[in-house]
Amino acid sequence: MIRVDAITSTTPRLRMTAVQKSFGATRALRNVSFEVRPGQVHALIGENGAGKSTLMKILSGAHRPDAGAVELDGQSFVPANPLHARRSGIAMIYQELTLAPRLSVEENILLGEEPARLGWLNRARRRELARRALAELRHENIPLEAHVCTRTIAEQQIVEIARALIGEPKVLIMDEPTSSLTRVDTENLFAVIERLCRRGVSVIYISHFLEECQRIAHRYTVLRDGESVTTGDMAGADLRQIIRWMVGREISDIYPRTPHSLGEPVLELRALAGRPKPQGVSLTLRAGEILGLAGLVGAGRTETLRACFGLDRIESGSVMVRSKEATHRTPAQRLASGMGLLSENRKEEGLMLNRSLADNLTITRYAPLSRCGFIQRRRQRQAAREWMDRLQVRALDPGQTVGELSGGNQQKIALGRLLHHQASVLLLDEPTRGIDVGSKAQIYQLIGQLAAEGKAIIFVSSYLPELLGVCDNIGVMCRGVLSEIRPVGQWTEHGIISAAIGQAVDAM
Amino acid sequence: MNKNPSGKTFNFFHALNVIGPFFGLLLVLGLFSLSSEVRPYLFTGGNFKLILIQTVIVALGALGMTMIIVSGGIDLSVGSVVAFTSVLGATLLVKGCSTATTVMLTVLAGGLIGLLNGAIIAGFSMMPFIVTLGMMGVVRGLAKWLAGNQTVNNPPGAPLNHLMARVSPTDLFPWPPGVWITVGLAVLVSVVMRQTVFGRYIYAIGSNEATARLCGIRVRLHKVLIYALAGLFFGLAGLMQVSRLTQGDPTVAIGLELDIIAAVVIGGASLSGGTGSILGSMIGALIMAVLRNGCNQMGWQNFTQEIIIGLVIILAVGLDMLRQRRTRKS
Repeated sequence: MIRVDAITSTTPRLRMTAVQKSFGATRALRNVSFEVRPGQVHALIGENGAGKSTLMKILSGAHRPDAGAVELDGQSFVPANPLHARRSGIAMIYQELTLAPRLSVEENILLGEEPARLGWLNRARRRELARRALAELRHENIPLEAHVCTRTIAEQQIVEIARALIGEPKVLIMDEPTSSLTRVDTENLFAVIERLCRRGVSVIYISHFLEECQRIAHRYTVLRDGESVTTGDMAGADLRQIIRWMVGREISDIYPRTPHSLGEPVLELRALAGRPKPQGVSLTLRAGEILGLAGLVGAGRTETLRACFGLDRIESGSVMVRSKEATHRTPAQRLASGMGLLSENRKEEGLMLNRSLADNLTITRYAPLSRCGFIQRRRQRQAAREWMDRLQVRALDPGQTVGELSGGNQQKIALGRLLHHQASVLLLDEPTRGIDVGSKAQIYQLIGQLAAEGKAIIFVSSYLPELLGVCDNIGVMCRGVLSEIRPVGQWTEHGIISAAIGQAVDAM
Repeated sequence: MNKNPSGKTFNFFHALNVIGPFFGLLLVLGLFSLSSEVRPYLFTGGNFKLILIQTVIVALGALGMTMIIVSGGIDLSVGSVVAFTSVLGATLLVKGCSTATTVMLTVLAGGLIGLLNGAIIAGFSMMPFIVTLGMMGVVRGLAKWLAGNQTVNNPPGAPLNHLMARVSPTDLFPWPPGVWITVGLAVLVSVVMRQTVFGRYIYAIGSNEATARLCGIRVRLHKVLIYALAGLFFGLAGLMQVSRLTQGDPTVAIGLELDIIAAVVIGGASLSGGTGSILGSMIGALIMAVLRNGCNQMGWQNFTQEIIIGLVIILAVGLDMLRQRRTRKS
C-alpha cells in the first residue's frame, strides 16, 4: 500500500455531486458523487456498463452532465470540449492507446503542444521537454527518436503518460491501464503513479483488477447501474464486500470448480518451434484437462497457440492431434480436426464487428444450417438464439451486429463460435481480457463445464488468480521456452512469477 | 448503455439500409418530374426501356464489383476489360466464329483477366488498387493491339447485335435479351451473396480478413475466385458493349470502372468491405442511368451532368457515413 504522508490540503481537487446523464431513454448516470484529494489515487470500480466511461467522458469534456455539479479546486467545472478539459488540467490515459505509431517517441510526447515560433518547430526545445517528461517517470531508457510502433505496449503507455505530463495535469484519469501489461510492467507503472502522487497529481484509477486497486489506491468508489453505491478507504477494505457492492449480489465463489476427470491425450506438441518463438515447446493435453499457460506478455504463449493452430509457420517440431502427426496444417484443417482458437485480440482478429451475431457464431460450421450450400436463415437464427441463451449474451436479436455489444458479450460470442463448432480442443488466448467481473465468472464456469464434457482446454492468461483458480495444470513460458508443467496445487503466485521472469523456480 | 440499443433505433436503421437506395431513386425521378417539359417524356414506356438498356453494362459490371468491394477489394481494370472483350468479340465474329463460341470465349477472356488479377493480389498479398490499376493499362493496350488501333465492325446481321437492340422503341416491352439476362443474373448473384456459404465468406473476408482466416476460410483461394467470377461479368458486359455499338472499340468504356464503383457505393456498399448488397448496387446503377437520361432530357450539357453525378456520389456516401455513425453510436 502506498501512503502519501502529508495530504494536508482539505479542499478536494475534484468533486462530483449527484451527477446525472441520460442518452435518450437510457439513464447512464443516475446519481454519482465522489471526491478526490490532491495526491490521492482514487479507484473507480464497477462492472462494464456501470457508467465509468460516461463519467470519464463528462470529465474529459466529451459529454455534459444533465444535472449535478462538478467542481475542480472548488470552482464549478463543466468542460465545453476535450481541449478545454485538457487545458484545465484533466488528462486521460485510455485503455486503447492513442499514439501515432509512425511518429517518434519525442514527436508523440509533444503532439499538439509542439514548441514553436510562428509555426517553426523548435526541435532542441522539443527534445528537451520530451526528455524531461520521460526522466520524471524514470524511463530515460526509451529512445526519443524511435518510432512508437517499435516499442513495447508498456513503453508506449509510458510515452502516453509522458504526453499527459506535458500539460501539467491536476487530475490524471487512467482507464484499465494494466490490461495489457505484465506483472513487472505493472509494478513499474505503479511506481510511476506513486511518483505522480508525490507531485500532488490526483489519479482516478479505473480497473477490473481489484487486487491492483487495493494495492495502489487510497480510496475507492463503487459504481453500479450509474450510481455511486459506496465509497471508502482502500486500506483494510474487504474485497469480497466490494465485489458484493459491484454486482449487487453475492458471488459465492468466482472460480467455481466443476468436477472433471482427465482422459486420453488429444493434443501433443513435441519440440514445437517457430520463428522466433516458441522455442522447442513440448506438452501433452488430455481430454477434460484445463492447462494454463502463464508468462509475461511476449513470452511466446500466443505464438505457441498460433503455430499449433496453423496460423503461424512452424520451423521444426511436431503437432500430434489424437496421436496422429499433423504438423503443417492450415486453420481450416485444424478446425476440421476439432480444434478451435479464441484470439487474444477480439476486435482485430476475433470477430467480424460489422456482421451479425448469427454469422459470427456459426461461420465455421454452416453444414448443419444449410442445404447444398444454401444457408437456411431460420435455422441459423435459431441456432444463434440457443447459443445466446446458453451463454447469457445480453443482446436483442441474432441479426444485430457484434460491434454494438459490450466487451463481455462480444467475448461470449467469440467463445460461442468454438462451441457451435463443437471443438474438442479449445485454445483460449486471454479469454477474460477487458471484460467485467460478471462475464468473467460466467466464462470460468463455462470453461469448467466444457472440461467436464471431456473437452481439452489450453488457457493462456496474464492474470494469475484466474489461472490458479481455474486450471488443473499450469506451465509457465519465458522467452519462448515452456517450463515444466505441474499440477496447480504445486504452484504459487510467487513461483509462477519467478518462472515467468526467468528465475530459478523454487520447488514447493 | 451500448449494451442494448433500443429496439426502435435498431429496426429503423435496418430499414433505412434496405430502402435508402430506393428512396434515392425515387428522389431523382421526382426531381426530374418537376420540369413540365420533361415529365411527359420521362414517364413513358419507351424511355424506361431506354434507361434499362443504358443501365445494362454498368449493372453487369456492378454485379462483379459488388462481390469484389464487399470482400474488401477493388477492381479498376473493368473499363479496359470491357473494351478488350468488346474488340475480342467483334474480331471473333469477323473471323467467322459461331455466336456461341464468340459468347463463350469473350466471357471467358474476362474471367481469365479477373483470375490473373486475383492470383496476383492473393499470391503476392498486393494491394488490389495497385494491381488492377496496372492491369487497367495492360488490358487497354492489349485491346488496342488486338484491334490494330481502330474499331472492328460486327458482320452485318450478326445475331449478337440483337442482344441490346431496341425493338419498338416507344413501348416498354419487349425488353432486349440483354436486359433480361442482367435481371436474371442479378437475382442469381443476390441469392448467392445472401443465402450461400460462399456469399457469407465474401462478407466475412471483407469484414475482417484475420477473423476469416481464424475461422478456417481459405482467404486466398476465395479472393482468386471472387476476382475470376467478377471477371466473367465484366466479359459479359463487354459482349453487351459489342452488341450495343455493333462494333468492337478499343477506346470505349474509359472511366467505366468509376461509374460502376459509384453505383456500388451509392447502393450502400462500403469501400472498406463487409457491407453492400446486389439490390442496392442495381438501384445505384439505375440511379446513374436515370441521372444521365434526365439530364439529357433537360437539354443540359455534358459538363452539367458530370457535376450533378459527382455531387450525387458525394451526397450518397455522405449520407451513408452519417447512417453508419448513428448505428455505431446507438
